[in-house]
Amino acid sequence: MIQATELTKRYGTRLAVDHADFTVAPGKVTGFLGPNGAGKSTTMRMILGLDRPTSGSVTINGVPYHRLAAPLREVGALLDAKAVHGGRSAYNHLLVLAKANGLPRSRVDAVIDLVGLHSVAGKRSGGFSLGMGQRLGIAAALLGDPGIVMFDEPVNGLDPEGILWIRNLMKALAAEGRTVFVSSHLMSEMALTADHLVVIGLGRILADEPMAEFIAKNSVSYVRVRSPQPAELAPKLALRGWRVERQPDESLHVYDTQPAQIGDVAGAEGLWLHELTLVQSSLEEAFMRLTAGSVEYHAGQSDDQGSPDGPAVAGWGTPLESQAPQAPQVEERIQ
Amino acid sequence: MIEVRDLVKRYGDTTAVDHLSFAVEPGRITGFLGPNGAGKSTTMRLILGLDRPSSGSALIDGLPYRDLRDPLRYVGALLEARAVHGGRSAFNHLLYLAQTQGVPKRRVSEVLELVGLSGVAKKRTKGFSLGMGQRLGIAAALLGDPKILILDEPVNGLDPEGVLWVRQLLKALAGEGRTIFVSSHLMNEMAVTADHLIVIGRGKLQADMPVGQFIAQFSDTAVLVRTPEAEALRAAAGERGWTVADTDLDGALIVTGSTAPEIGELAAARGLVLHELTPQRASLEEAYMELTRETGEFAHRPAPAWGGADGRA
Amino acid sequence: MAARDSVMTPIATRDAGTGHAHFGRLLLAEWTKIRSVRSTYWSLIALIIAFLFFSWLFPYLTVVNWKQASPEQQANLYLDPIGSITGSGLFIGQLAVAVLGVMVTASEYSTGMIRSTLLASPHRVRMLAAKSIVFTLLILVIGEVIAFLGFFIGRQTFKSLVSVDLNSGNVREVFGVGLYLAMLGLFALVVGALLRHVAGAITGIVALLLVISNLIQLIPGRIGKYLYTYEPTNAGFVITAKRLPDNFLISSWQGYGVFALWTAVLWALAAYLLVRRDA
Repeated sequence: MIQATELTKRYGTRLAVDHADFTVAPGKVTGFLGPNGAGKSTTMRMILGLDRPTSGSVTINGVPYHRLAAPLREVGALLDAKAVHGGRSAYNHLLVLAKANGLPRSRVDAVIDLVGLHSVAGKRSGGFSLGMGQRLGIAAALLGDPGIVMFDEPVNGLDPEGILWIRNLMKALAAEGRTVFVSSHLMSEMALTADHLVVIGLGRILADEPMAEFIAKNSVSYVRVRSPQPAELAPKLALRGWRVERQPDESLHVYDTQPAQIGDVAGAEGLWLHELTLVQSSLEEAFMRLTAGSVEYHAGQSDDQGSPDGPAVAGWGTPLESQAPQAPQVEERIQ
Repeated sequence: MIEVRDLVKRYGDTTAVDHLSFAVEPGRITGFLGPNGAGKSTTMRLILGLDRPSSGSALIDGLPYRDLRDPLRYVGALLEARAVHGGRSAFNHLLYLAQTQGVPKRRVSEVLELVGLSGVAKKRTKGFSLGMGQRLGIAAALLGDPKILILDEPVNGLDPEGVLWVRQLLKALAGEGRTIFVSSHLMNEMAVTADHLIVIGRGKLQADMPVGQFIAQFSDTAVLVRTPEAEALRAAAGERGWTVADTDLDGALIVTGSTAPEIGELAAARGLVLHELTPQRASLEEAYMELTRETGEFAHRPAPAWGGADGRA
Repeated sequence: MAARDSVMTPIATRDAGTGHAHFGRLLLAEWTKIRSVRSTYWSLIALIIAFLFFSWLFPYLTVVNWKQASPEQQANLYLDPIGSITGSGLFIGQLAVAVLGVMVTASEYSTGMIRSTLLASPHRVRMLAAKSIVFTLLILVIGEVIAFLGFFIGRQTFKSLVSVDLNSGNVREVFGVGLYLAMLGLFALVVGALLRHVAGAITGIVALLLVISNLIQLIPGRIGKYLYTYEPTNAGFVITAKRLPDNFLISSWQGYGVFALWTAVLWALAAYLLVRRDA
């Protein structure tokens, strides 16, 4: 269990984390989401005692990280895949960590098998690909058989099988009753992995709730109805006071109701149904809706860019700006 | 249009690309999938003239990349590996690229604005985060306003807004009739981005087809049904020879061997009320895993075979 | 294809008029590359300061210690005053040029830049030519400027002992400083392109300049003389010297020609490999 209470971190005049309160409970995968610069990394670093909070506290099973007697046995973290001495073999890297924490050599073999680095355990990690480095980082995180694991962007550099593997690994770790805290920028990946979400924006906690609740709260849902008799069905549904939109493909989008109620109407009228589906926003859409107000930079209005530029260079038009969306501006802050 | 014909690349004893042939058509987004070491990056490098094929050819509008005049105006490329000098500013990196093609300086500022790096244009790229480096790479790819884009893992390191932006950008560019060839390991991202897929394994072509067809071909179709009269429906479906399975969702049934309209019509004919009737689309990821299992070529390794050609540092 | 025709990109409209400016663009781009990294400035500042400082220091020490100097040393000064001015500065300054030359090519590989470079100019030999021209000219100009500046600084310092004037007989020695540095820069650039590894190429060049070029002298007999004379940096260095070393077999300009030939052969090899090798 990880618990943050009024957690605050200030860099100069900038509040990186602003009185954050949240709890990461065991037995489920908790996703940690937020735009770049929202304070995710800072929060993770404070959990691990790498940075000191300006005020407030964050505890691991009730104790700050630096007071833990055997930290690797309580918390395993994958922060930066490249925090490994490139000249050392994967095996020796893990062995050094194990020795430093009084863990038996057998754990090293166990985690190397678990992450599938067996065949390259003796090779220097300098030549590892990003995906292999990621697996080594995960092996290090699991070395102490910890009750709490934290992963920062774990699927970075992994191939599809690797991504599936780590998703299942995280779910399995949670099912064993461990606390799994994972940050990611990949909403589609998070949607499949996390049970619970903590969302941070501009250093403040914007949401701390189960995934389903988060999506339901931050989305517009409707029921997609397909029927061979849309012309008869649509007025019957509209009569109930529901908003019905007829789509070009003859399907109906029905708002303000649930599929079961529509099914009852169709059944009572003896009308045929070909589809009856509740359509909800994706996690990505819900996330964008929630964080729209809290992003430090905003996507530029592409319309502003569309003005035809002068004839400085003949033919050097602006097709990209006029039709393509523009990226959100990066903050002027470099580590 | 990119055409790869009977392309082969050997590094010593390993064959990274093995008689590969495919075409990437304009006007749509073509996803390029395959496990690590399958030869994706090598194929892209061969298309871009960075590596020499052992045999066969890779042509851009009929010409090898090396024969293109002002290649950045034809092809914009983002490679996975870093391709900038950390001591040079983002602006200067793009400036010299622009100068090689006779692209005006103004365009450098434009693409920096487009990718959201204007504020850090004069900073040395050494201090850039992974996401910022990625944006710079995308800026370089867009510099010559090319009609072909080749992107290796474009959303790597981007935050959610950046991921969404890249997807919208690629769709807009494909909509303008450009050729977009994009590799990714993120199946769920590809599923919402690509129109067409090219899948390779061990350097060989495994699939070359539209995304919808790919999913349909490599997965079973199923329909989720909710009804207050579950037993009657179960019996009716059984008569038709469809398989009905329970789910762990409250009272919902999964029907396989049939389609949603067929089930709907059966229910109507029997006077059964439906509360939900949702076709279950298998995910791209499931279809991809099924393909890799079926082809057996690179099936179910406990861990990917490291040290393939793509693993070169 | 209809879909492609509908795309109005600047490509179609601008393609026609681009033909001949191509190499000029590459020169411009390579110039941008060279001037936009700090290592260029540091190396050049090191070269300029070291060369000018030693052009003053050695003559100054000579003047101060004139009384204690042996007749032999005194004779040396009268015989070869320009060598006394430029010699020690050149010895240090050439290292800065060699390092920078290596960096210009090898750092493209160490940073991964080479991929961007070759995507933009897949005609690789032309790219190497543009890079070579821009860098060699840069070093030539700076080399000549510091050669003459250093010469005048040294001449002023020497004034009380000896007056050194430029004439058709010795102007080559001053000009030679720039010529030697420029060719050495190009030579280092080529070595960087061949080895594609910054540390390896720098080690190789420095070993050649400081160790191998001198060790060869120890080989006895005619073979030793040949090796010594035709070692590229020895051959090139004599363009800056008034007197040829005892065991040197050819004239100053011939020596410089040998250095140029070495460089040209290695350049051709580098160009060939650049085209053949995977980037």
